[in-house]
Amino acid sequence: MSGPADFPLPIEPERYEFRAAPVHHFDLRRRDFFKFLGAGMLVVSIWKEAPAAQEGVLTGPPFAGPPLPKEISAWLHIGEQGVATVYTGKVEIGQNIRTSLSQAVAEELHYPLDQIRLVMGDTLLTPYDMGTFGSRTTPTMNLQLRRVSAAARGILLQMAAARWNADAAHLSATAGRITDPATRRSISYAELVEGQQITQTIPAEDPLLSASQWTVEGQPIPKVDGRDFVTGKHRYPSDQSLPGMLHGKILRPPSFGATLISAEDLPADMASHVTFVRDGDFVGVAAESEQLASQAIASIHAAWKEQPQPSSAELFAYLKNNPVELKGFEGASRYEIGAVDRDMASADHRLTQTYTVSYIAHAPLEPRAALAQWTGDSLTVWTGTQRPFAVRTELAQAFHIPDGNVRVLMPDMGSGYGGKHTGECAVEAARLARAAGRPVKLVWTREEEFTWAYFRPAGLIEVSAGVRTGGAIAAWSFANYNSGGAGIRTSYDIPSQRIVFQPTRYPLRQGSYRALAATANHFARESFMDELAHAAKMDPLAFRLQNLKDARLRAVFQAAADKFGWGATPAPGHGFGIGGGFEKGGNVASCAEVAVDAATGAVRVVRVTTAFECGAVVNPDGLRNQIEGAILMGLGGALFEAIHFENGRILNPRFSQYRVSRFSDVPAIETVILDRRDLPSAGAGETPLVGLAPAIGNAIFQTTGIRLRSLPMVPSGIPKT
Amino acid sequence: MANITRLRVNGTLHAVSADPETSLLAILRDFLGLTGTKYGCGEGQCGACTVLLNGRPRRSCLTPLGSVASQEVITIEGLERHGRLHPVQEAFLTEGALQCGYCTSGMILAGVALLQSNANPSEQEIAQAMEGNICRCGTYPRIMAAIQHAARQTKESRR
Repeated sequence: MSGPADFPLPIEPERYEFRAAPVHHFDLRRRDFFKFLGAGMLVVSIWKEAPAAQEGVLTGPPFAGPPLPKEISAWLHIGEQGVATVYTGKVEIGQNIRTSLSQAVAEELHYPLDQIRLVMGDTLLTPYDMGTFGSRTTPTMNLQLRRVSAAARGILLQMAAARWNADAAHLSATAGRITDPATRRSISYAELVEGQQITQTIPAEDPLLSASQWTVEGQPIPKVDGRDFVTGKHRYPSDQSLPGMLHGKILRPPSFGATLISAEDLPADMASHVTFVRDGDFVGVAAESEQLASQAIASIHAAWKEQPQPSSAELFAYLKNNPVELKGFEGASRYEIGAVDRDMASADHRLTQTYTVSYIAHAPLEPRAALAQWTGDSLTVWTGTQRPFAVRTELAQAFHIPDGNVRVLMPDMGSGYGGKHTGECAVEAARLARAAGRPVKLVWTREEEFTWAYFRPAGLIEVSAGVRTGGAIAAWSFANYNSGGAGIRTSYDIPSQRIVFQPTRYPLRQGSYRALAATANHFARESFMDELAHAAKMDPLAFRLQNLKDARLRAVFQAAADKFGWGATPAPGHGFGIGGGFEKGGNVASCAEVAVDAATGAVRVVRVTTAFECGAVVNPDGLRNQIEGAILMGLGGALFEAIHFENGRILNPRFSQYRVSRFSDVPAIETVILDRRDLPSAGAGETPLVGLAPAIGNAIFQTTGIRLRSLPMVPSGIPKT
Repeated sequence: MANITRLRVNGTLHAVSADPETSLLAILRDFLGLTGTKYGCGEGQCGACTVLLNGRPRRSCLTPLGSVASQEVITIEGLERHGRLHPVQEAFLTEGALQCGYCTSGMILAGVALLQSNANPSEQEIAQAMEGNICRCGTYPRIMAAIQHAARQTKESRR
């Protein structure tokens, strides 16, 4: 948590976290497994592309002995009671993946949805997983679970065939029962596995039902445990409790990177019943109630040594002036084709612009929370994180104990949006619990979450292009400073391109975020496309289509435009804009209608139409929910969200000072889903967000003639010119 | 410091021994184990901690225990009757009006309160009444649909 300005090591996962995984151990042997699960059948699934997908090394068959190789992705157990339990390291953070993964199992196992349970993100019980981010769960885990479920069904058919001395090919499996149509005999999966301890490891590639034959996948199945959420029964990480549990509180430094000079002990009247920990720069307490813990923290007099740091006023100049040269994956990336300088020089129109994006916060409604319990040298932590296994390692390293001594459990949490990849809160709770000798729960305050988590990277983007008369783009130059390389490449067909991501020093702790740099890169690219279209005196949609061959992206642009009524004339004071692109396997296009109040400069997004295509759709209602949510979340970053900071302090760490989308911001939303059953399913939690900001900016330009090149665009209305 | 405060939560009378300055939110969650009511901001800006106090929506994070003595509190756990969900709870499921669900308790209680004062709210009226409730996942359109759905259901069941 030291001042990142002096330590330029970004933690953006797309660039850095994939390779950050340490060696993992897993000590549960096969016999232990059945002791834990009860008798039945266990089927183990292997990653199809193990080394690439999980950076694992193929070290022999599973259960041959520890460590368990990382090529295992999931396992499925069918017990004597008829419950099919699937174990996966992925986690549920509001994207409703528990539901869509259950659909995958039901589909291929031929099993009732309500008899399927998913155990997710428990480092003791589930196979290693690097984390739930990057829209990777649907393209990877959905397939894995389909494979393991299909294999399980195959084994059950064989078992029934053996029992009846029949040919498995003539038996059918439906809704958890195997039937022999010839004899009308029938047996449930549960009866088949009764008293058995069967294990089977499936090869990576088993035949799967094609999406055109789906009956459960492709359906709008409601959230599988929705009732627990509308009744308050579901226990989030911050709701966990244990007998004898204390509440923790941490003394925060006044600014980032401050080091502790001194901290007095607690006053005597508190010291008798409050646990006090001072360990390096860490100062915290644990007490019987949160109120008492807060009072104890407030009573501590501490002196800190602070260091001067850049402020938001100078942010973009700072990024531009502080490039860093890093090697390998962390370093700059550069893509170049054709002859950019030549084609730029010979073009009929040339344009250069600079775009910026501010730091913004994830602001998940549930702040970081952890409950930690020690038993001897073993540690169990319930915490909200998108990367339980990485948090396990963070804990193991913090306390100098083996990974195997740490168990992290991740109850379905109050969301993350890429903001909960790290384990600070878990480490803090565990440190307090160690000192107290009792379980300790720590729930960060909103202000702590706004301040001591991490932010979406700010960025500066320089774009130049040369366009020929008639509208063909001849040359394209695009340079992103700091915000990241996701979605940086253009889908437009341009013969000469130079596309650079340049890492820089940066003033705030920064990391992953829903859609991350794709939002910044699409904002710059699709706003600039609009600028070029106007320079070439062409309709912005026609200009895009003229420079675009990709059929999938063309299809979403066309679908969004058709549904929206592109080409009509907006009402006075209203403007239309369009933006879109390809990212993480999905194609998206958004059209926006804005209304600008001429007197006040207030901007209102009246209407948004988003067309999205992510291959075969697993759950159309879940997908629609994600698209709508992406639009509402994207609206905040597009219009008004920005973190303000000065000399290591966050100036707006509250919901009263940091404006997120609220009910009154909701536009009329239309979604168009292009279901491509002939294509593999891609993730959908992020990409629907990326076309929105440029569509809004382009609409504002259409009605006002003012081009806004910074996100957020209108934190206080249209700027006065 | 600690003294006894009596209050009725979901129909049950409780005598709570705590500092009267303790927030109602902490009492519900940490003393009574009713964790359906959520902490979101501690400054009354997000609505995650909404409960009904004598039938009216109230931010429990800003409500000291001492101020609610002898009063009637309804939390999300108290809406279900004899295993039957409240129409607003039911409508949230029907409309799929949640993603992570962390705002849901507060949204449902704010919706229940709104329908008590306005049996047939327009989208604009819902937005006005619930502007103080944040759904960071952005399910606002579905929440509006759910509240209108519940309004229709309630009207039909009264016929």
